[in-house]
Amino acid sequence: MSATATHDLHDDHGPEKGWRRWVYSTNHKDIGTMYLIFALAMLFVGGAMSFVIRAELFQPGLQFVRPDFFNQMITMHALIMVFGMIMPAFAGFANWMIPLMIGAPDMALPRLNNWSFWLLPFAGVLLLSTLFMDGGAPASGWTLYPPLSLQTGNGFPFAMFSIHLLGLSSIMASINIIVTILNLRAPGMTLMQMPMFVWTWLITAYLLIAVMPVLAGGVTMLITDQFFGTTFFNAAGGGDPVLFQHIFWFFGHPEVYIIILPAFGIISHVIPAFSRKPLFGHDAMVYAIAGIAFLSFIVWAHHMFTVGMPLAGQLFFMMSTMLIAIPTAVKVFNWTATMWRGSISFETPMLFAVAFLFLFTIGGFSGLMVAIVPADFQYHDSYFVVAHFHYVLVPGALFGAFCGAYYWLPKWTGHMYDERLGKIHFWLSAIFVNLTFFPQHFLGLAGMPRRIPDYSTQFADFNMLSSIGAFGFGLSQLLFVYVIIKCVRGGEKATAEVWDNPPGLEWTVPSPAPHHTFEDPPIMR
Amino acid sequence: MAHSPARYYVPHGTKWPIIGTIGLFTLFLGASNWLNGGGSGSAWVAGTGVAIVIVMIFLWFGQVIKESESGEYYNADVDASFRMGMGWFIFSEVMFFAVFFGALWYMRNLALPWLGGEGNSFFTPQLIWPGFEDQWPSNGPANVGGAYEAMPAWGLPAINTVILLSSGVTLTIAHHALIANNRKILTVFLAFTFILGFLFIGLQAEEYIHAYTELNLKLTTGVYGTTFFMLTGFHGLHVTIGATMLLIIWIRCLKGHFTPDNHFAFEGIAWYWHFVDIVWLGLFIFVYWL
Amino acid sequence: MIRFLIPIAASLLAVSTAQADWALNMPVGVTDLSAETYDLHMMVLGVCTLAGAATFAVMIYSLVNFRKSQGAEPATWSHDTKAEIIWTIIPTLIMIALVIPAAQTLVKIEDTRNTEMTIMITGYQWKWHYEYIGANYSFYSSLAQSSNEARRLGADIDVYAVENYLLDVDRHLVVPADTKIRYLITSNDVLHAWWVPAIAIKKDAIPGYVNEGWFKVNEPGIYRGQCAELCGKDHGFMPIVLEVLPKEDFVAWISARRDGKAVATSGPTATKTAG
Ligand code: HEA
Ligand code: HEA
Ligand code: CUA
Ligand SMILES: [Cu+2]
Repeated sequence: MSATATHDLHDDHGPEKGWRRWVYSTNHKDIGTMYLIFALAMLFVGGAMSFVIRAELFQPGLQFVRPDFFNQMITMHALIMVFGMIMPAFAGFANWMIPLMIGAPDMALPRLNNWSFWLLPFAGVLLLSTLFMDGGAPASGWTLYPPLSLQTGNGFPFAMFSIHLLGLSSIMASINIIVTILNLRAPGMTLMQMPMFVWTWLITAYLLIAVMPVLAGGVTMLITDQFFGTTFFNAAGGGDPVLFQHIFWFFGHPEVYIIILPAFGIISHVIPAFSRKPLFGHDAMVYAIAGIAFLSFIVWAHHMFTVGMPLAGQLFFMMSTMLIAIPTAVKVFNWTATMWRGSISFETPMLFAVAFLFLFTIGGFSGLMVAIVPADFQYHDSYFVVAHFHYVLVPGALFGAFCGAYYWLPKWTGHMYDERLGKIHFWLSAIFVNLTFFPQHFLGLAGMPRRIPDYSTQFADFNMLSSIGAFGFGLSQLLFVYVIIKCVRGGEKATAEVWDNPPGLEWTVPSPAPHHTFEDPPIMR
Repeated sequence: MAHSPARYYVPHGTKWPIIGTIGLFTLFLGASNWLNGGGSGSAWVAGTGVAIVIVMIFLWFGQVIKESESGEYYNADVDASFRMGMGWFIFSEVMFFAVFFGALWYMRNLALPWLGGEGNSFFTPQLIWPGFEDQWPSNGPANVGGAYEAMPAWGLPAINTVILLSSGVTLTIAHHALIANNRKILTVFLAFTFILGFLFIGLQAEEYIHAYTELNLKLTTGVYGTTFFMLTGFHGLHVTIGATMLLIIWIRCLKGHFTPDNHFAFEGIAWYWHFVDIVWLGLFIFVYWL
Repeated sequence: MIRFLIPIAASLLAVSTAQADWALNMPVGVTDLSAETYDLHMMVLGVCTLAGAATFAVMIYSLVNFRKSQGAEPATWSHDTKAEIIWTIIPTLIMIALVIPAAQTLVKIEDTRNTEMTIMITGYQWKWHYEYIGANYSFYSSLAQSSNEARRLGADIDVYAVENYLLDVDRHLVVPADTKIRYLITSNDVLHAWWVPAIAIKKDAIPGYVNEGWFKVNEPGIYRGQCAELCGKDHGFMPIVLEVLPKEDFVAWISARRDGKAVATSGPTATKTAG
């Protein structure tokens, strides 16, 4: 690489010492690390809340918490998991890996990058503080439907502003990611040559910029309805509570693809790497992501089939929703075809990727089922839906994150993680996650509504299984933390390629990746 | 631009974002308490937050301006990043306004007709809102806020339309002058632009006073008042921000900043201003006129 | 016609459907439409099961046969346009096949013409209010006392000893069998949803708006359901009990209560034909 820069403005190449390194950081790797640590912490906060939920649901009757607190727990569990855990986790991957994958010196707007991250912990504090306020945290479910959400106590404005901050953080992070990808690719890297993780994030970031402001608008309307007497969601003044649902889901449905697309990206690296075969149908994969992203804007009302929409609306949203299965099918089939006639080995990342393939598909199937309107009249707001979305969120998105973490840990830390413990973590997670969420399908079909703290005795057996699974799954994650700490502390030295020669620029830099990489862009052939 | 740096500029460390975060946090803490009835104490906290944010923005942008004007840090790639960033930021703003326009559309074309018994909502007025008939403007079946008059399109709003549109023209003239390196025309027409901007805000304030005192048209006047004030209000806020930024780049022009081929800030704000302009056209058509 | 797909999926589920406590599947229900809904459910479940079986079979085959430890040599190809076109078209066709019967059922569900009587349902935090339109009879229906005592935090009552724990109310909603009944639904405060699985109906109660729908129960009996939209702290405690009487019994029942007027088989507001 040429080193003929006229004069060197980068007088210092090592990181700063002490807290300034982190608080003032403009380095994509440090910021990525902070995102990942924050996400891991939030996994335990949100997970602890799911423990409260599952403990209360362990058997019928109220044992531990009051119904109102239970509702606060489901709301906070979901908000923390979605906005505090899974999105920051993928933002962390994006920060770490996108510059490495496209040969950029850093993110395009490094100062803004710092801001995107640091808003998060503050927003988290604002959100969590509502638990200790008069009236408690929001208890209206993460969907925040009015008028119920307007019955929240003093915590209401805090929670709403916290969502504003989270949105601001996401928008700025997304602007940064898009600009980095479009502007800082190594010379010669065309868009279609971009690695799949970069592609998925390009489109995810686009979705985020398109829908986070919509959520912000909806939240603003909630605030003004509550405090300034507007009537957006009040029929007396000509408004409609259902309008909020449209706004929320116009955000919310693309949001679920925001959550899953980066996982798709990670899987699209890991499966080829451990099948020792190039990703099948790269271009088709790109078009499939674009198709999913486009469709995700026109399906939102499938969350609202029971609100009394006109027949034409129900038909339209049923059909558009079912269309999403097609590009998703292309993706699943292409991953399968990648493994076909490969030379497969089962390191921990690959195990998580394979589990993702199977279990995400199951979650996708139940998604297809809930899209059938008449049947959704039965499924809706039952545990069947809870089972559906946890299958796509936990063994889907979260396993995607685990998969990426194991795959890139050696690149980040310079050490190999403990493969044996990694495999144990995998097997415990894979078994318990099914024990937790598979019985919930049955509960839903048998008629158990979601968001209830107590249930009729006929639902007792499956709930107990599900709770046992949840505790097992949660505790297994302590092992994950241990594996990470162990890997950061030491272990077998990782080579630059780490694995069996996977393609990609990230494997051309040493492990651990130096503080600054690609200050002069690599030249693509 | 004698020697533009060969490498992409990556700053090492920055304290502005964390200060900005603390500012926003303070603002929202104060605002939340104030909304919960916390009184003037919390208003002061919120005000402090705003002040921190404003100071932070000045210092942060100040540093960027210095780096940009020195010509030692930024190359064409950095400039492109800024431009793209601004473009995507404006896109996010478009979506923010879209949701309010969407709400307006929903109220007029779906919610009110349903309340009036259309579609499969035949029983709604029969059982809940006897006698309600759908029309626009409306303050809803419960006549929220009492009798009011709608804001006519062809008074102040039409004048404001002319004002904003001409400010778009003057800004474009200024931009061409900048490219042609005609500093005099640049400063004069840029001045016209922000003066028109502030004039617009003044007239808008006038209109609000008129609405509140004479038309009994308030934020609380059902969906008409709600959508009217929320849409025009957020737009007005954007005009205020835009005009302030125009004022700032005007001062920068006086100081001799910007060159024909390096004036990202000027262009970014120009885009923003045109965006605000277009939103106004939407408002004029859908809020005032139709 | 859909039913031939059912056995495949049903056999997977049927293992222990007999035991009530381990109910695994959606109830078939007691209306024509609930049976159709059940069929749709089994159809899409069957399709998913088959699609899953096929996809998973290929995955498992690859995982077993193309292992590095078995000396598998990786192929180098990375696309095959013909295969890709095929596996785009197949799901498309499947989707079309699924949408058609679903749409047909939906059209029937939305057809509220020719109803014979009308009930107004209003959700409250946290109870239901039922009104027989035209009969001038209405009442509230709340969680049964026995459940209400047992469900308190710290209540020392064995919930298994409570009959129909959390699924019982003080006053049932009583309706006649074999009658096309229109229900109108709204709410007095926040959103609720009225859900009775046996008749496959779930409809949101929205303050300020009236939703409508209909059902026609074939078999007299008692059917239980619950509020299905989060409505605050006691959302889990506002069940629904629908008691379906043979027509004559219903007439006797309502005559004992109404104030002299005939039960609306076509009440004053029931004249409209639905679209
Ligand atoms: C990562 C998140 C994620 C993902 C990826 C999805 C994916 C899908 N979701 Fe899901 N969904 C959620 C998260 C997600 N969802 C959440 C959080 C909720 C609840 C929110 C709340 O209420 O709180 C929800 C709720 C939800 C509902 C509302 C249910 C209700 O409340 O009544 C619906 C309805 O249509 C739906 C549909 C779908 C569909 C059709 C897909 C499709 O994208 C799935 C496509 C995938 C496949 C179909 C499998 C793979 C395909 C093949 C192997 C090909 C062969 C297959 C065939 C030919 C059939 N989802
Ligand atoms: C990415 C998103 C995400 C993730 C990862 C999860 C993960 C989990 N979720 Fe949840 N969940 C949602 C998103 C998510 N969820 C959403 C959107 C809702 C809807 C909310 C609503 O209705 O509004 C929901 C609702 C929801 C419900 C339904 C509540 C109801 O309707 O009444 C349940 C019930 O079982 C549940 C359970 C779980 C469990 C057991 C996990 C497990 O996977 C969690 C595993 C736990 C951990 C990984 C860490 C815990 C470990 C410890 C705490 C160790 C102990 C040690 C110490 C405390 C030091 N979730
Ligand atoms: Cu009423 Cu839930
Ligand atoms: Cu969705």
